[in-house]
Formats: sequence, C-alpha cells, structure tokens
Amino acid sequence: MMKSVRFVNRLQNTIVQKSAAVRPGAVAWNQIQRQKASAAQPQETAQTTSAPKSEETKSFVMGLFKGQVNSGEVFPYPEVMNEEQKATLEMLVDPTQKFFEEVNDAQKNDTLEKVEDTTMQGLREMGAFGLQVPTDLGGLGMTNTQYARLVEIVGESDLGVGITLGAHQSIGFKGIILYGTPEQKEKYLPSLASGEKMAAFCLTEPASGSDASSIRTKAVLSEDGKHFLLNGSKIWISNGGLAEVFTVFAQTPVTDSEGNTQDKITAFIVERSFGGVSNGPPEKKMGIKASNTAEVYFEDVKIPRENLLGEVGEGFKVAMMILNNGRFGMGAALGGTMKGLIKKAVEHAAGRKQFGGTIDTYGAIQEKLARMATLQYVNESMAYLLCSNMDSGSKEFQLEAAISKIFASEAAWFVADEAIQICGGMGYMKDFGLERVMRDLRIFRIFEGTNDILRLFVSLTGLQSAGKHLQGLQKAMRNPAGNIGVIMDEANKRAKRMVGLNSGPSLNQYVHPDLQESATKAATSIEEFGVAVEGLLVKHGKKVVDKQFFLWRVADASIDIYSMVATLSRASRSLSENAPAAEHEKQICQLWCSEASERVTRNLKAIRSSESAANFGRLASISQQLVQNGATVPEHPLKC
Amino acid sequence: MALRVLVGVKRVIDYAVKIRVKPDNMGVVTEGVKHSMNPFDEIAVEEAVRLREKKLVKEIIAVSCGPKQSQETLRTALAMGVDRGIHVEVSGAEYEGLAPFHVSKIIAKLAQEEDVNLVILGKQAIDDDCNQTGQMTAALLDWPQATFASEVKVEDSKMEVTREVDGGLETIQVSLPAVLTADLRLNEPRYATLPNIMKAKKKPIAKKTPSDLGVDVSPRVETVRVEDPPVRDAGQKVENVEELVSKLKEAGFC
Repeated sequence: MMKSVRFVNRLQNTIVQKSAAVRPGAVAWNQIQRQKASAAQPQETAQTTSAPKSEETKSFVMGLFKGQVNSGEVFPYPEVMNEEQKATLEMLVDPTQKFFEEVNDAQKNDTLEKVEDTTMQGLREMGAFGLQVPTDLGGLGMTNTQYARLVEIVGESDLGVGITLGAHQSIGFKGIILYGTPEQKEKYLPSLASGEKMAAFCLTEPASGSDASSIRTKAVLSEDGKHFLLNGSKIWISNGGLAEVFTVFAQTPVTDSEGNTQDKITAFIVERSFGGVSNGPPEKKMGIKASNTAEVYFEDVKIPRENLLGEVGEGFKVAMMILNNGRFGMGAALGGTMKGLIKKAVEHAAGRKQFGGTIDTYGAIQEKLARMATLQYVNESMAYLLCSNMDSGSKEFQLEAAISKIFASEAAWFVADEAIQICGGMGYMKDFGLERVMRDLRIFRIFEGTNDILRLFVSLTGLQSAGKHLQGLQKAMRNPAGNIGVIMDEANKRAKRMVGLNSGPSLNQYVHPDLQESATKAATSIEEFGVAVEGLLVKHGKKVVDKQFFLWRVADASIDIYSMVATLSRASRSLSENAPAAEHEKQICQLWCSEASERVTRNLKAIRSSESAANFGRLASISQQLVQNGATVPEHPLKC
Repeated sequence: MALRVLVGVKRVIDYAVKIRVKPDNMGVVTEGVKHSMNPFDEIAVEEAVRLREKKLVKEIIAVSCGPKQSQETLRTALAMGVDRGIHVEVSGAEYEGLAPFHVSKIIAKLAQEEDVNLVILGKQAIDDDCNQTGQMTAALLDWPQATFASEVKVEDSKMEVTREVDGGLETIQVSLPAVLTADLRLNEPRYATLPNIMKAKKKPIAKKTPSDLGVDVSPRVETVRVEDPPVRDAGQKVENVEELVSKLKEAGFC
C-alpha cells in the first residue's frame, strides 16, 4: 500500500542506482576543521563543497543524510524574536494563562463533548481564532514562535480546545494564508480571525488516509468555465460540523500539452453557503471529545472559479505545504501538556507517603520523574528550534517538523503513562484529570500524518537527498580532471575513515565546554549515520524504498541525532548565560546524549547485522501468517 | 455630564503566589515572582470602563506608582479599556518605603492636574492591606468619599453608592467630584483580550516622578521585622460539650 504514496514514487526515480554508485565519504572532516577557524559565523561555512551540484540546504536533518553537519540552523540556539515581539508575547502570556485557568473547564468540555459556549465566546474575544492572521485583516499577526508559546498554554490546559483552534487556523484556513489571493484573504480572513466563522481542512476520505493522493472527491469545471461542480465525501473532519469555510481537496481532470487528460488534485475554498454542503453527526471518539469531528458531504456544490486555492492540479503540494506548516505547533502544545502532567506527578510523588517515606525518595519513582522531565526538555528544545528556523525564513524544515511531531506525540504519551503510574490508583480515577489527558493524547500519534508514515517520510526524503549527493559525485567522476578537488576530498575522507584516522565530525566548537563529552557522542552518531545511509544506498539502491524495517530504524536514528543536537544547543546557551537552571539542564543533556547515542548505534547496527536481517524476516513471516489465518496462529496451550 | 475619571492601579504579587519572607526578615521575596494588578484595582478599572460604556464617562486615566514594571500593570488597564496611563516612577528604597500617605498625595495632585471628577481606587491592596489610600485622597482633596462600594449609580452631578459595611448594606449619596473605592462584589472584571492588549500598545503612558508632582516620598514608617505567620498548631478532638467548655475555660475563652 505504501508504494502508492506519491513521494515514494518520486523517490524511485531519483534514488541512485546501486551499480553506479560512487562511495563518498560521509563526513566533511576537513571542512569542519576549516570552520573551527571561523566558528563565529558557522552559517557561512556550513555548506561544504564536497557535495557538488547538490541543492543547497541549510536543514540539519537533510544535511545529516548527506553526511554533512549543517550547523547554521541549530547552533547557537536561535533567538529570533526582536525586543518588541518579545515584549508583546510577554504581555500575552499571562492573560492567556489566566483565561485557561479560570474560564475554560477541560473536564466539563470533555463530558459535554463540546467546548462550552461561554468558553467559545471567550476564545473569540481573546482573539484565539486568528493568532497568525495579519493584523490588517483582523488577526494578531503572530510569528510562529509567538504562536507556539501561546498554544503551549492551550496544550497544558485542554487539548480538545487545542484541536478546535488548531483545526481552524493551523490547517483549516492556513491554505488561504499560504496560497490565497489578496481578494481571497480579504474576503475570508477577517471573519475567520474573529471566530465568527470556523474553518476546516478536508483531505481524508473513507478510502484515502495516509495515501492522500488517492482521494476520489471530484470537481469538474462547468461548460461555461465559471465554476467547478464538487462531489464527494470526507471523513473525520475536525470542526466538520461547525465550519462555514472548508479547504477541500478534490480530483480535477487536467489536460496536458499533448492532449492527455488525467485527474490531478486541486484545492478549493468552499463555503457552506454555496449549498450542497452537509455533515454527519459528531463522531464518538476516545479523546479530544470537546472538539467536533464529523463527516462532510459535498453534493453538486457549485464552487466559483475564483475560489481555486493555488493552481489547478497543484492541490497535493498545497495539502503538503499546509500540513508541513501546521505541524510545528504540535511540539509546543504537547510540551505544555507534558509540563502539566509532570507538575501533577511531582506533586503527588512529593506528598505520597509509603513505607515510611515519600515516594519521590525511591529510585523507581526518581527514574520515572527524571525521564519525564528529560523528554519534556528535549521536546521543547526541538519545538522552539523548529519555529525559530521557520521564522528566520527557513524553507526546508519539513523533516525537522516531522521529527518534532513524532517526538512530541510519543514523548507526551510516555509522560502521561508514567504520570498515571506514579499516581497509582489515584491516577486512574477520572476526577484526577490524568485519564482525559491520556485519551486526548492518543490521537496525536495518528493524525496529521501518522508517525509511521512520517518516519518513512523522514527516511525516504533524506535518502533521496543523499542519493542526489551520490549522483553529484558520480558526475564528478566522469570528468575526474575537472573535479579533482571534489574527488580528492571524498577520497581523503574515505581513506581516513578506513584506516581509522578520521575522528568524525566535531560539534565541540559549538558546544559549551561542560558538554564536550556529550557533543562527542552526538558527533560519533552523525558519523555512524552517514556511513550507514551510504551503505544502505549502495547495497539496496532504489529498492531501499521497500525496506521499511530499515527505513524505520534510519528514521529513529535521525530523530535521536536531531534531538541530541537541539538539546546540546539549548543547554550550551543556558550554561554560557549562567541561567539559573543551567546545571539541571546540563544533566538532562548529558543523560539524553548518552542514551540517545547508544540507541543510534543499536538502530544502525540493525541495518547491517545478519541477525537483525533474520529477525526482520521472522517479523514479516509471522505477520503474514497471522493475516492468512485471520487471528493468532498457534493452538491453545491447553489444547482445548 | 460626561465625567473624567482617574483610576489607581497597583502592581502587587499575584494572589496565587505563595509568599516567601526574605532571609534578612526585612521584606518578602519579589524578584522572579509573578506580579499582577491588585484585584480590587481591577474592579475599579472595570467600573470606570462600564461607566464609560454607559456614556457617563468621557475619559479614563490610570495611574500607577512604582518601579518600571508598573507599566505592565498600566498596560493591562489600557487593555481593559482605559484611555491613557500615567506612570509615577518610584523605585529602590523609596519604593520600599512608599505608603498610602505618599500615594494619596500623588493621586490627589494628579486628580487636580487632570481635572477629573471622579477617582476610583481599590478599597485596599492585597500586599499591604492598608485600606487607607482612598480615604486619605478624599481628605487631601476635600472631596466626599464613598468607600467599599458594591453598587454605583451616577446621576447628573451626584452618585448613589451602596456600601458594604459590617452591619449589612448602606446606601449613600455623594456629590461629585468624589473618591470611590471598590469592594469585591462591585463587578466582575473583564479579561484583557489579546486584540485589546495589542491595541493597548499604542495607547500613551506618560512618565512622571513624585518630585514633578511636588510630593516628598521619603519613608515615614520604618520596617522593623517581617515574619511568616505562625504555623497553626494541630487541633484537638473533644468527646462532648462539657469537655469542650472546660477546654475553652482553661484557655480563658469563656
């Protein structure tokens, strides 16, 4: 099924052929050395010349796959807000917090299965529906960083409200902000920003989930060319029952220059008032019950031509851009959720007496609390690194955004689980408030790109770019005389690695002296990663797209590496600024780098080892037998 | 008659913060502690804004005496609907010794300068619990005072105020100009919404010093010692009424 995902198809054409691959070195060791001399401006020198003709990328994760250390976006920990933006944000934090503490009642919303009317009205007045809409169109004109800081408060208080707000502005009308014409913006954004009208994002269909390109909803241009006629149905649409304005994706017939007609996805802005738009009853869900989720039906809906969002046939790109651009808020929101969970767990652990002492004095609980705090810190470091990069104009952040979403949703799940465990029976009780958070959290690993698909997305996009890097070297080899420098660079690195001379890339110049050991561990992981990616491409060529057991592990290793780097960067800043919690952060960073680097080694080893290969074979086989049998295969141990 | 109103807003340690006494026992820890507008002052601001919404008030000016951060409190008032702010900067040792005696002089002076007809203050601040500024201001201006207000009606040049007194409610009539202090039940203050906070950034805050106003703010009171309230002793369970009575007698309570 995965093969039909469009990016996989694209990938098969571009991944370098096994037989023709040139083996490049993974690490620009000498470049790093050069960089040391001018470490003050790492951005300038981070681009290495050893990747001839490959596209310029500043993305750390993208570079990681090519065996480069693109330090510019990760070191030093960015501070993108100017004084005024910072002052504005400071003024907004307290009132937002106060609103969520005093007005919003998460438990009540959960029971009612809707956001209370008074809260909704309060949120409208608060301006919460148009945080990033430009101020001249009635919004608050926030940067991604400012937005993230405020949704962190929402995430701590009520994820159901978070989804209502997020489905509206993070994806619902994000398309209008990103692709809307000035007329569309003027027409729609003011009433959406005020919350007078709600928006929804309509992509998923009964037969089209992760494989978004397979949607069946259809829009056909009328004979007079003035409108499109839309037919189809969408499922699990957040705000589907409340929205007045929908971003809808549908197949439209597109005729190319040779006269061939093919269905391509196009995005539209659809108003409920066009007629023919209806919705099903609110879905009964496990969590985020306060948010409305419904099926939305389109029956002969007449969409005026001017409501095209982007170009005809460009809808898939529009959808992916919206999702990539909307994902960053999740890391921050779930960072807030984790903070809230940790507060409750700490309070309980410090007050609960058993066996003569409070339970926070016992190692079993200490490990849980420390791991929860570590995950929260690491997540937060990545989340704000990501939105800072977006705010400073980074265009290529889709891998970082995917990693942040994967990490945040899994870390928050772990933290919720452990918080409940620490609180014991109390934690299991509804009134204690933790079970709701756990139910609410579960969806985050599923929606807006399941974590499984996002892992493949990270691996395959990264491998694709690594493949291009290899192709570039390949071309250089065809004209060795003209590219001697490039080839010598690569040859040098390769030789050094083979004889163990190459100590790998170094992050030491970017990291506080107290964290050198951790930085070395991260650097070693980066080195191992480059080698493993190269090996994978050389061994499997384009067939790598089918090796999901490998791709999963490559993704996990990249997540661990990016998280180490983000954490090193933030903790270094705190240490050099002598921040009040610097020593605490140092310990967290050391713990994380130590364990994450071990995981990287293990995951990458699994790509090469014959024992892992055998296990992957077993896993595939066991699963196939299950499916054939339709249930577990062995007979009952009691044989009856 | 459309009034001009002066409202006092004090920056205090947030009501939800657990207060800690400084190690030298000369004050409480304020650094790194969340501050917000004195809740009674919020009620005062709300009342002024409501009067303006009823078209009884033409302009609302808020004043705050304190360090630089008092401007944040003024911004909150501006976001709630106040038109402009005056920040009377008092910091350091002077601020530590600042008392109703000084503040009422500052407010009285500003009331005259700004030619207001009504001064609305919180009945007291939740940090020092003085409950003096309103009364002193009225005395300095020689205006009538209506303290502990739980309901306010303005008609022409008079104001009918329901006051919360120990015995119940007392309704009085005062003529304007006057000083009003807000009690808890006067109204429920609105939230400063994000769009209004953004708009408030553009509203002016004038800066003044006590000496600009001819007010001497040298301390008149010396703090000898600040202590935590004593920890409450554990209670005792009694079996019956007789035991209770005898215990009370023992303790000299009856």
